[in-house]
Amino acid sequence: MTASATSAKPREVRESVIIRFAGDSGDGIQLTGNQFSAASALAGNDTATFPDYPAEIRAPTGTLFGVSGFQLHFASRDILTPGDRADVLVVMSPAALAVNRKWLKPNGILIANADSFQAKNLKMAGYTENPLEDGSLADFQLFQLDLSRLTNDALQGYGLSAKEVERCKNYFALGLVFWLFERDGGLVEDEIRRKFATKQLLLDANLKVFHAGWDYGENTELFALRYSVPSAKDIAPGTYRSIAGNEAVALGLVAASHRAGLDLFYGSYPITPATDILHTFAGLKEFGVRTFQAEDEIAAICATIGAAYGNQLAVTGTSGPGIALKSEAMGLAVMTELPLVIVNVQRGGPSTGLPTKTEQADLLQVLYGRNGESPMPVLAARSAGDAFESAFEAARIAVKYRVPVVLLTDGAIANGAEPWKIPDVDSLPIIEPNLLDDAAKLNGEPLLPYLRDPETLARPWIKLGTPGLEHRIGGLEKWDKTGHIAYDPQNHHNMVKVRQAKVDGIAAEIPPSHVEGPETGDVLVVTWGSPYGAALTAVRELQAQGLSVAHTNLRWLNPLPPDLHRILQKYRVVLVPEINNGQLVKVLRAAYALDIQQYNRISGLPLSVAELRDAIVNVLPH
Amino acid sequence: MTLATENLLKPKDFATDQDPRWCPGCGDYAILNSVQRALAKQGIAPHKIATIAGIGCSSRFPYYMATYGFHTIHGRAPAVATGLKVARPDLQVWVATGDGDALSIGGNHFIHAVRRNVDVKVLLFNNRIYGLTKGQYSPTSELGKKTKSSPQGTVDNPFLPMSLAIGAEASFMGRSIDVDGKTLGDVLGAAAAHKGTAFVEIMQNCNIFNDGAWDHLSSKEFRADMTILLEHDKPMIFGANRDKGIRLNGLRPEVVTIGENGVTESDLWVHDAHDEDPTRAFLLSRMEYPAFPVPVGVIRAVQRPVYDALVNAQIVEQQAVKKANLQSLLNGRSTWTVA
Ligand code: SF4
Repeated sequence: MTASATSAKPREVRESVIIRFAGDSGDGIQLTGNQFSAASALAGNDTATFPDYPAEIRAPTGTLFGVSGFQLHFASRDILTPGDRADVLVVMSPAALAVNRKWLKPNGILIANADSFQAKNLKMAGYTENPLEDGSLADFQLFQLDLSRLTNDALQGYGLSAKEVERCKNYFALGLVFWLFERDGGLVEDEIRRKFATKQLLLDANLKVFHAGWDYGENTELFALRYSVPSAKDIAPGTYRSIAGNEAVALGLVAASHRAGLDLFYGSYPITPATDILHTFAGLKEFGVRTFQAEDEIAAICATIGAAYGNQLAVTGTSGPGIALKSEAMGLAVMTELPLVIVNVQRGGPSTGLPTKTEQADLLQVLYGRNGESPMPVLAARSAGDAFESAFEAARIAVKYRVPVVLLTDGAIANGAEPWKIPDVDSLPIIEPNLLDDAAKLNGEPLLPYLRDPETLARPWIKLGTPGLEHRIGGLEKWDKTGHIAYDPQNHHNMVKVRQAKVDGIAAEIPPSHVEGPETGDVLVVTWGSPYGAALTAVRELQAQGLSVAHTNLRWLNPLPPDLHRILQKYRVVLVPEINNGQLVKVLRAAYALDIQQYNRISGLPLSVAELRDAIVNVLPH
Repeated sequence: MTLATENLLKPKDFATDQDPRWCPGCGDYAILNSVQRALAKQGIAPHKIATIAGIGCSSRFPYYMATYGFHTIHGRAPAVATGLKVARPDLQVWVATGDGDALSIGGNHFIHAVRRNVDVKVLLFNNRIYGLTKGQYSPTSELGKKTKSSPQGTVDNPFLPMSLAIGAEASFMGRSIDVDGKTLGDVLGAAAAHKGTAFVEIMQNCNIFNDGAWDHLSSKEFRADMTILLEHDKPMIFGANRDKGIRLNGLRPEVVTIGENGVTESDLWVHDAHDEDPTRAFLLSRMEYPAFPVPVGVIRAVQRPVYDALVNAQIVEQQAVKKANLQSLLNGRSTWTVA
């Protein structure tokens, strides 16, 4: 049986729904959320997700800090964010309610696992009275379910232990919400079959519970109606899949290695929230991907530099604390002018900070956080899907210009999934590694490892192992052209300038900026990274109200787009919202000496559409 | 394969046009000569070799070797070499490092390269001092040593590099004095032939900041009595008169005199460089001046799986069983189509 049978109950059509699941970190919340979003994507909705989980792997049950959340926005139109506040909140425990009730809209649907609202759990969540009974949830449509009991009833006769039964209960909840939103259960059933392929009893039990959740919705009086979110219409034609940012980064880089004809080397040390990139690469050996799980962050980048010297597409990935450790070696890559991609999945800082929360506070670190004049191209992905293209572009520029390139993403992009239009491999640009791989190419001239291409200022990338091309590089300042050690004052000045000019010259690669909205007007909102979606949504809503506001997003942060200065001058106010204390805004003020406004909230959470709407209205000129 | 010509390689084929900038009289000159001779002898052409170094006097080594070369940053040469060797197993990779570079700032990379058994040759130039920064104590300086940064004498207990290496599961350990060209050449030759991390400690004199640090071992008058040349499958005999030896009393080595108290050659510890059990190699690593002659030669050479070979073997295996189709990788497990 498939849990998609038609229902006798009436349905209400909605354009979009935001649902949030919350429970203990052992409740399978992330799994539940992911399965619901996959089913919504398959149903043709546009989707955006926001996993909000604790730093502890298995935080003690019932605690506030151990609550794991997952928010999904699904809609019959193009959406850009996981949404601000939820229409539906599913809570598995009092702690989940305490942490998440602020995210539920007034009159929103609250589905609570009433079984777990017992004295001990209530106390741990800080409740003196049971909120399900004391009327404090009157603002919401409250649905109480005895999930544990219902799951147990469904599994009578299966001979499972109490603990095993308890572990099945998230499938009851999932079955119920699948019924509530008319999602096709086939995907979940397949997943259960895959997961429990070798454990027939648990396979049967979980399927049973999932169907029981569905039937419960259909058969009880509790739910009078179902909701339907039709498939989205304004989505570009093509083949789609759901993708999270970390996987998109890995795939973008593998695609680049394929289009460059180079094997990929990934050196990394496990760090939240970047580790999934390592996991993804480790499973791609058939693509010639070598992964090196290093002894520390420094070894990770140093081995990567060794692989770059050895002519592979060399990539290292980490988060902010790892960048701090890699900084000296990043300088070595600048000095030796080797192609390298450095991925920084930003998280809350400083120090260990908020490992599982998102932030954009490493921009100045990657731009300036090294000794000496150490310019490095920096680009940032704006969403999970965009991370594919940004990663590909980072690799292309690294190889073409023989430079280390930083790609910034963040925790929200890394773990949040969205539908992604799958590109046709043949449509991706070819990357020309242009290796110097034959001494005959020197035409009898001596080898000059720092002879520059007149257009890109790139030095040759010499194929190691070629007879007659033996040469030596290193971190000491070198003579122009020969690359020999040089302490000459004028030469150092020239080399500092030429390294800068090379990075500046990458501006020629940046396409004209895309501005959504009027070409001139009252307010231009400039974003980079994950606030893109919320900012663009806010701008569109205000445009619909007739306000003169526009939006542009920067993929390139160093160098800046050549047309940006001209664009900024066309608006009476420029506003830069960021999840930091004002970093891009400093860069732009310094670059253009313009009076630019900033909006910042640094709480480890994505910026919301509502607050950005307010922030824009606040800076509107009178 | 162009073995015929490669066998005609001369030491000068490994020399660059750069004049070494070490202080006159520095032990590094002798080491450079020995390495160039050993490389010429093994017959691998310079373009198939890469020399990687960190920072310090010894780390200038790549500039004087006509191979591919990379002068990296302080302590990180083993990590750079690991990445290079994984990417390019076709190259022979040598690391030149010092006691500060390998054992202090780079200690972590050193032990992990040794643990993984990456196929790189690590030459530790141990002069028991920081030379390039002009004379501070190093992690191998003897306790109590007075230097610019320890005017009252150091209070840092030093490492025995060989003990550290065996603790990190070293598959190859060799040792020589810088000026003992014969032993150094033999050890370098064995290191070159070894598959896996070949760790070679070279007791090097820094005649500017720590002159004579190894005189008690290296000077001609003491050398025969204060060092013992280990040879595989041979009893451990030493001394100017070849009349002294090492006997194992349980797990305790002791110095004995052949012919005294009924001791004969057959009582001596027979060196087994290929003993997989690290216990005896550890005992050898603890034999120190003045209680024991310091072991030189090949202390340990055992075969165990080599990291870079394993990494590349997994690639080949997966490529044999799975077809790399980028489009289906991008497509993932489930897709949907919007018309
Ligand atoms: S300081 Fe010492 S180790 Fe350095 S070059 Fe001079 S003598 Fe050699």
